[in-house]
Amino acid sequence: MFQMKRKLKSDIAFDVANFIVLGGFTLMILYPLYFIVIASISDPNQIYAGNVWLWPKSITFDGYRRIFSDNTIWIGYRNSLFYAALAAVISSVLTVMAAYPLSRKDLYGRNAFMMIFVVTLFFNGGIIPTYLLVKNLHMINTIWAVVLPGAVDAFAIIIARTFFQSLPDELREAAAIDGCTNLRYIWSIVVPLSKPIIAVLVLLAVVRQWNGFFDALIYVNDSSLYPLQLILRNILIQNQPSGDMLTDITTLVAQQKVTELIKFGVIIVAALPLLTLYPLLQRYFVKGVMIGSVKG
Amino acid sequence: MRKLKAARKNWELYLLLILPVAYFIIFRYVPMYGVQIAFKDFTPRAGIWGSPWVGFQYFREFFESYNFWTIIKNTVLLSLLNLLISFPIPVIIAILLNQLAREKLKKFVQTVIYAPYFISTVVLAGMIIVFLSPNSGLINHLIGAFGGEPVLFMSEAGWFRPIYILSTVWQETGFATIIYLAALAGIDPHLHEAAVVDGANKWQRIRHIDLTGILPTITVLFILAVGNLMNVGFEKAFLLQTDLNIDASEIISTYVYKIGIQRAQYSFSAAIGLFNAAINLVLLLIVNRTAKKISGNGLF
Repeated sequence: MFQMKRKLKSDIAFDVANFIVLGGFTLMILYPLYFIVIASISDPNQIYAGNVWLWPKSITFDGYRRIFSDNTIWIGYRNSLFYAALAAVISSVLTVMAAYPLSRKDLYGRNAFMMIFVVTLFFNGGIIPTYLLVKNLHMINTIWAVVLPGAVDAFAIIIARTFFQSLPDELREAAAIDGCTNLRYIWSIVVPLSKPIIAVLVLLAVVRQWNGFFDALIYVNDSSLYPLQLILRNILIQNQPSGDMLTDITTLVAQQKVTELIKFGVIIVAALPLLTLYPLLQRYFVKGVMIGSVKG
Repeated sequence: MRKLKAARKNWELYLLLILPVAYFIIFRYVPMYGVQIAFKDFTPRAGIWGSPWVGFQYFREFFESYNFWTIIKNTVLLSLLNLLISFPIPVIIAILLNQLAREKLKKFVQTVIYAPYFISTVVLAGMIIVFLSPNSGLINHLIGAFGGEPVLFMSEAGWFRPIYILSTVWQETGFATIIYLAALAGIDPHLHEAAVVDGANKWQRIRHIDLTGILPTITVLFILAVGNLMNVGFEKAFLLQTDLNIDASEIISTYVYKIGIQRAQYSFSAAIGLFNAAINLVLLLIVNRTAKKISGNGLF
């Protein structure tokens, strides 16, 4: 009631304006996503004619049928899943191995070690020297070139270290009195207590690996190793649906229309896994960003 | 002696550090060492160490190349416009979101605007291309509905920058609000209560309490953004690049890729990359210093 009485005229105007701006922005984000969904199940002729706006027209699942009957998409999916899983393991294990010791105030040389990691946030060798390194390690055209170079970064280490620092020192002292060694302590106490931060690390690695295509673009030219994103690039950007998708269509015009339909479907197929998962995982992400923003 | 003893007691921690440190030395420091090929006439046969020094020859070649100014102009313009437009929007959206009284509505808006962050650059570029397609695209249908002629968005250099910047706003605004929302949540609610009692309206409270409260956060993020100014994303520029919009879309990173990876002129493109990194570093130092002088807080 107190609030109601106090409501100023200008505040009501503000609330209305706020509603309009945020509503408009939300719609601007949402509509393109929604449109892709309805376009992917509409007859391409209706899309060409400009009849699809709010609802799908002349519903057809032809696009999806073509996409799923094609091997390359499945290979890309399988590869990307594998890369993402591998990257998640490598990334989270190495990050914890670096972050935990750095969180310990009794670690002699702690600042020097910290410097080794932090410097890489400001300096890097750049594309060409990194490429030459990967080449010299004979990793070109192997899964390692896709997974290893970007697996661990200093940002993740800082996030994890900040989290470990929040664990109470008394816990370790008590364990030490009971004769618990450092490694044992990490394995049976720190890791179980750190599930939220490990979830953040895994998510960051999975999203980065699933969505990334640069490493695969420069290091891999064997198409059986292509991650999904590289196959998508051929279809979406370079306009080349793989052979099986268009074989039964004779005229060029029809081919072009079906290609458009395939594009809509492929966008859904590629974006769906993360888009359906993220509302569930959102809080971990938000937590990750926030822990990371605390001065380390 | 005591320190040595302490170090020995924690030998397991050093054991743990070996692998990550080795990883960073191999994958981060070896490429830094490799940067010297920018000053050498690198041939794979002779290797980094064995190739002869040529000093600034490749830098000079780049400065004198006919497209030097175009590339620099494109990179600077694209990143500057991108910064000017896509940096303030998350601040505004976060402040507006913070003013939403209904918790459920706020959660809903947040969930929606975070979503594009989880879409890959390839998919985003694909979406842009289908939406802007001259004969089947949504935008051109809309233009057509108002009686306009279809626009060839992807093949006109003039459209490249607006497309790039608008899509960045679409994809990154939501996620970028997280930090500001966290900072806003940290503002003491008593300040707002006191201001209400004094008769301040929402607009005044935003200006004097919210904005002032999150200014340190804004400064730090702004410094970071300027330090990355010349690093406008390779991926999106590369994916949206066509032969017809190349006049606006060729930026340093795409050029380095073409010269270095596709044409294998390692030393030349390493020199270009190093030049880019040097500008970034200088920018970072200048802005950090200025910010420290003006507002008293900086990165270092």
